[in-house]
Amino acid sequence: MLRVLLLTLPVVAIAYAELCKPDAQNAFKVRLSIKTALGDNAYAWDANEEYLFKAMVAFAMRRYSGKSTTQTSNVLLCNVTDRVSFWFVVTDSSKNVTTVPGSEVEAAIRMNRNRINSAFLLSDKTLQFLKITSTLSPPVEPSTPVWLIVFGVVLCLIVAGIVFLVVVGIQQRKKKNKESTERENLEEKGEATATVENGIPCETLDLKAGHINGVFAADDERFTSL
Amino acid sequence: LSVPPEIPKEDGRPKWDNKLQYILSCIGFAVGLGNVWRFPYLCQIHGGGAFLIPYFIALLFEGIPLLHLELALGQCLRKGSIGAWNTISPYLGGVGLGSWMVSVLVSLYYNTVLTWVMWYFINSFQEPLPWSVCPLNENRTGLNEECYESTAVNYFWYRKTLNITPDVTESGTLQWWLILCLATCWAIVYLCTIRGIETTGKAIYITAIFPYLVLTIFLIHGLTLPGATDGLAYLFTPNLSTLKNPRVWLDAATQIFFSLSLAFGGLIAFSSYNPPKNDCEKDAVTVALVNSMTSLYASIPVFSVLGFKATTGYWDCLDRNIISIINEFDLPEESIMRQNYTAWISLLNSSYPEKIAGLKLKSCDLQEFLDQSVSGTGLAFIIFTQAIILMPGSQAWAILFFIMLFSLGLSSMFGNIEGVFTPLLELQIISKSIPKELLSGIICLSCFLIALCFTLASGSYWIDIFDSYAGSLPLLVIAFFEVIGVAYVYKIKRFSKDVKWMTGRKPNFYWQITWRFISPLLLLIVFVAFVTLQIQKPPSYAAWNPKYEGFPMKEERVYPPWVLAICVLLALLPCVFVPLVALFHLIKQMRRSKDPSFVPPEVFSCQGANS
Repeated sequence: MLRVLLLTLPVVAIAYAELCKPDAQNAFKVRLSIKTALGDNAYAWDANEEYLFKAMVAFAMRRYSGKSTTQTSNVLLCNVTDRVSFWFVVTDSSKNVTTVPGSEVEAAIRMNRNRINSAFLLSDKTLQFLKITSTLSPPVEPSTPVWLIVFGVVLCLIVAGIVFLVVVGIQQRKKKNKESTERENLEEKGEATATVENGIPCETLDLKAGHINGVFAADDERFTSL
Repeated sequence: LSVPPEIPKEDGRPKWDNKLQYILSCIGFAVGLGNVWRFPYLCQIHGGGAFLIPYFIALLFEGIPLLHLELALGQCLRKGSIGAWNTISPYLGGVGLGSWMVSVLVSLYYNTVLTWVMWYFINSFQEPLPWSVCPLNENRTGLNEECYESTAVNYFWYRKTLNITPDVTESGTLQWWLILCLATCWAIVYLCTIRGIETTGKAIYITAIFPYLVLTIFLIHGLTLPGATDGLAYLFTPNLSTLKNPRVWLDAATQIFFSLSLAFGGLIAFSSYNPPKNDCEKDAVTVALVNSMTSLYASIPVFSVLGFKATTGYWDCLDRNIISIINEFDLPEESIMRQNYTAWISLLNSSYPEKIAGLKLKSCDLQEFLDQSVSGTGLAFIIFTQAIILMPGSQAWAILFFIMLFSLGLSSMFGNIEGVFTPLLELQIISKSIPKELLSGIICLSCFLIALCFTLASGSYWIDIFDSYAGSLPLLVIAFFEVIGVAYVYKIKRFSKDVKWMTGRKPNFYWQITWRFISPLLLLIVFVAFVTLQIQKPPSYAAWNPKYEGFPMKEERVYPPWVLAICVLLALLPCVFVPLVALFHLIKQMRRSKDPSFVPPEVFSCQGANS
């Protein structure tokens, strides 16, 4: 029994090695740019990270197909380089030594791309599956364009300013008109020139807001008329 | 008790609140968008620091004398351009009318440039800035094709702002967002010019001083950016051999002339509100020097930012090459840095030449990025906006930059509108029946309605036409006749006496020589050279055509004949008034001289009018 096992193991290993090769059928190349994404917080790519990767792919396959048959041992990695790039295939657990079709793997990865990215603290750009394109997220559009709001604010301020200036101008003109008509009326009453005291015509003092001092007014009668 | 309002001067003419308002208005009129986006470009293409030599020579022999002439004229005659030239001599009335016409034409299109600035300003309040990302195409599989092939910044300018057509004859439709911005801009201009200099005098404190604040902020920030020193070195390194090219001298002369906003009639209008005894000689020298210093001062932040942009472009080019090499050879990240890039390239080229050739790496040259020089709207709306995206806190920088451009343009608009407004106010029929607010409202409304044609899809081509034909040649003609008119019709002796009465000292030898001989000669040479250059090749324009094979390069197209006719009309219309009015008066004079009771009008003099 043990001898059979010992004989089949290398056969299986060789067979599996055949499955995971660069440009093999249903194999995908992955490229990670950890230092670009994380800078000083970059982690080193070691066997543990590889194990996590296998687990994430298995998780993706499980979620996609709904069956719970894919194991981490089904995901084969090979040709790991210093760049941190490698190839992987997913073997079919039910059939011996065959790989899951590339379209299925692609669909599974696409469906769970976000989860895979976050497990490695990377993004679509820094964790690249070279044959799998990512769907672009549409830009966020607010319901009212922002510029319309700003424009509304600016326009309201300007219109308020114009209305204010026009109203002030009309008021000033009415005051000027009133005074010029008063001066004309006074001139019509007989005086050729209006005497001015301190910039104020004497007649207006008399007519508008001057107070008649009763003492002096009464004294007028004491003088003999000429 | 009611106190009557303060009575203005005896002749009822409004006046400046203080001298500072007047100086700021003149400076604001002279300092405009051209100081920011034309002078640095000219410096760059004409040998850096060496360009300053022809520039200052032109300033000394053309700019300052003409400026002094206009300011003295307005101050002495105390009338707008039309009235002033009619007073000097009825035969020269056409000069004033020509100035007025040019002011009208320039006001029309200048405010549309401000419309574009306002559009960018109100779009700067978003995160991310709309000119930094490409929109998706219809089926969301990739980026919009036009945007992808050019850049996001180009796309936002040509498609989202102008919605430009590939040809000047295809007018397209009115762009409603530009109409809204145009209405806002004209409303702002109306708000500030509603009562003539009473309101612009208050507004000028902000619009003239604010740009200097923003330029200083940009200067400080720009100098801290990486690559700024490369840009500045590139700008100021003098290359004296360019001075042998006559084109450099012509550009210096035209730059000084247009930068000082001469021959618009606006400067005459501004100085006509001065008290008659004011030192206009000092004012002229001050305004001219401040204008030139501002040009120099503005070129420093502009070139720091351009150097920064070139350096970033160069680094991006290197980084893209590095990524391709790392991916191809599966080398670890950060093994090839920008510093050892050349060493690595030579090593890999010797060992794996076919692989390197297969990568199709672009050659990255910093000089090439620095050489991409642009002036005008391209500098502000494409190059600078791209640089702003690269700065942290881009919204704030964008907002500051566009407010600065808006203030620069607005203070120049004040001068333009004043050049239109003041002569109209002096026409007896108008000043008696219409209040000032209504007149300025009518001017702004009619300009807005006419300028709507610049908001068509082909509008920016028309603005280029107006700028090249209405805003250039007629000014040279009018200025030439101004100098000749004062020097030989009014006579320099009389003018010197008037200036002596106003400033207290006789204009010295420098003024006499430049007014009599040097400035008219220089203007004539510039005019002839300008016309010669224009007619050497058929006028063409660069069209933005997404269907062109060389896209994103612009397509060179020739103007059709009817457009050429409009160009010629625009250039000739202001100039034609000069001979027409002279002819009209000549005919009137010949008829009158046959009448024996005719008395010739008395000779005008500055002192006589004002004492």
